[in-house]
Amino acid sequence: MDWSAIALSLRLALATLLILLPLALAVARWLAVTSFKGKPWIEGLLALPLVLPPTVIGYYLLVSMGRQTFFGQYYERLVGHTLAFSFEGLVVASILFNIPFAVQPMQRAFAAIPREVREAAQCCGLTFWQALLRIELPLAWPGILSAAVLTFAHTLGEFGVVLMVGGNIPGETKTVAIAIYDRVQSFDTASAGAMALLLLVISLVTIAVSYGLAERLLKGRGGA
Amino acid sequence: MNLSVAIRHEGPLLDFAAELPEGRITALVGPSGSGKTSILHAIAGLLRVRHARIRLGEAVWDDERVHLPTRLRPIGLVSQHYGLFPHLTAQGNVEMSLTHLPNGQRRERARHYLALARVEGLEGRYPHELSGGQRQRVALARAIARDPQLLLLDEPFSAVDRSTRQRLYIELRRLHAELRTTILLVTHDLDEAARMADHLVLLRHGQLLQAGPTAAVLARPASVSAARLLDIPNVFAGEFIGTDAEGAALLNWGAHRLRLTPAPDVAVGTAVRWAVLPSNLLLVRPDKPWGEHLENPIPGRVCEVLELGGEALVWVVPDGLPETRMQMRIPVRSLRRSPLQVGDPLTLCLRAADIVPLADAPAHEP
Repeated sequence: MDWSAIALSLRLALATLLILLPLALAVARWLAVTSFKGKPWIEGLLALPLVLPPTVIGYYLLVSMGRQTFFGQYYERLVGHTLAFSFEGLVVASILFNIPFAVQPMQRAFAAIPREVREAAQCCGLTFWQALLRIELPLAWPGILSAAVLTFAHTLGEFGVVLMVGGNIPGETKTVAIAIYDRVQSFDTASAGAMALLLLVISLVTIAVSYGLAERLLKGRGGA
Repeated sequence: MNLSVAIRHEGPLLDFAAELPEGRITALVGPSGSGKTSILHAIAGLLRVRHARIRLGEAVWDDERVHLPTRLRPIGLVSQHYGLFPHLTAQGNVEMSLTHLPNGQRRERARHYLALARVEGLEGRYPHELSGGQRQRVALARAIARDPQLLLLDEPFSAVDRSTRQRLYIELRRLHAELRTTILLVTHDLDEAARMADHLVLLRHGQLLQAGPTAAVLARPASVSAARLLDIPNVFAGEFIGTDAEGAALLNWGAHRLRLTPAPDVAVGTAVRWAVLPSNLLLVRPDKPWGEHLENPIPGRVCEVLELGGEALVWVVPDGLPETRMQMRIPVRSLRRSPLQVGDPLTLCLRAADIVPLADAPAHEP
């Protein structure tokens, strides 16, 4: 069992979650309440990671992070090493390929809040932030939870993008999914099996708990 | 303080100006798609329109420079499906409109308004645990809890059954008698508007057709469109031929000559459309003696009789106007007393003051 890979995966999932969730929440709410001409394009762009092969995303990320680009050079000058093949690079990649998993459930949840409820909040004299905290977030909570769980579980399991962008550096970019592949390559099936099982259990538990919570929440207010 | 509203907008098309008298219930009536809800939303500040001048007394809510956010307007809103917060109890819903008060006072105030709206005892229930009528009352309690100067009701009775609606009508009138808040009631139901409102504002295609005290609007539509909206079947065309010695207008209508007061402000020889309410037609049977005092007698024949609930609808074809049908309404019991058959001759009488000349173009408020 490669504990450092497991710890790295959890660290990556947590970092992704902490950065992505607030950003995705803002985007999701904005998309849920506005309509404009180019909206399908924005939504399509955000959903791209769902349909593109991870290697394609990984390739573009790798190229854009490399020394050849202005961004890559600037980052290296600033930090001292390239963004590619580093933990920070993994976080950036992870955030990008998790966007649809974070945005879509929250967007659906915000869009499901009836317009009359939003209007009532304004007519009750609530400010934007009061309405968000007291009305919209409690109502969109199952969607937010679902977004968090999907992002977390999906980051733990991502393989292709991580391999492309991060490579396989122990303690820096070797996540548990890579470690499993690595173990299988060196015929260490016992270790690979143990990690695969652990990943399976973690994913199942997080998803089941989130489903259970969401159901309890919905029951508590009659499915509204 | 009256609420004065002037709104112009494209998409939805709105061209509307009206004054809502203080402390009264004004009904905004029009068919669906006529822009009623858009106007209500513009008044609430929920819809930004191209040109809006909205003022409550001296306080400007909207003009070229000002757009007061909804939350700062002293309004209460009850929408069609109430927009209750589903994750909060009835009490929680009302408390949400009392966030300007210190925490300790909210509970007490919320209970007071729930009691006023007659939902005491249901404070702890969630919206999904309430009936349609109870939800409406909670929404009403929430709307009045901020002590608004204007209460906006958007088709608030459309989602409840008939008997609940009757009760809610009574309760809203009672509540209004107590609070004396200015109310704007949006409805497509003319009967509802006639029962609830002191003032009527008729709307069609986003344009004001007519506004005024309910009884006056119902009895004297200003235009052909208004008459159509008020569902008045008797709209005819005559020719203005001048005035008589007493200042009443004289109208040629086929072979008949009608006398009406007050005289319309048109040139002699102009074609004038006119209307008469079915309930204002007086039926005189040929066997009954009638004297000179009857106004505008029009002989004709019955062409159809239909009983509808407690009312009988009788259509009469006036002599010399075979294409014209005049509708009148009489109580069924008087029809039972002396039945009318198709083909029976009779005479209809129209009081001069009941003949309403109509303008063709939508009339605007003075």
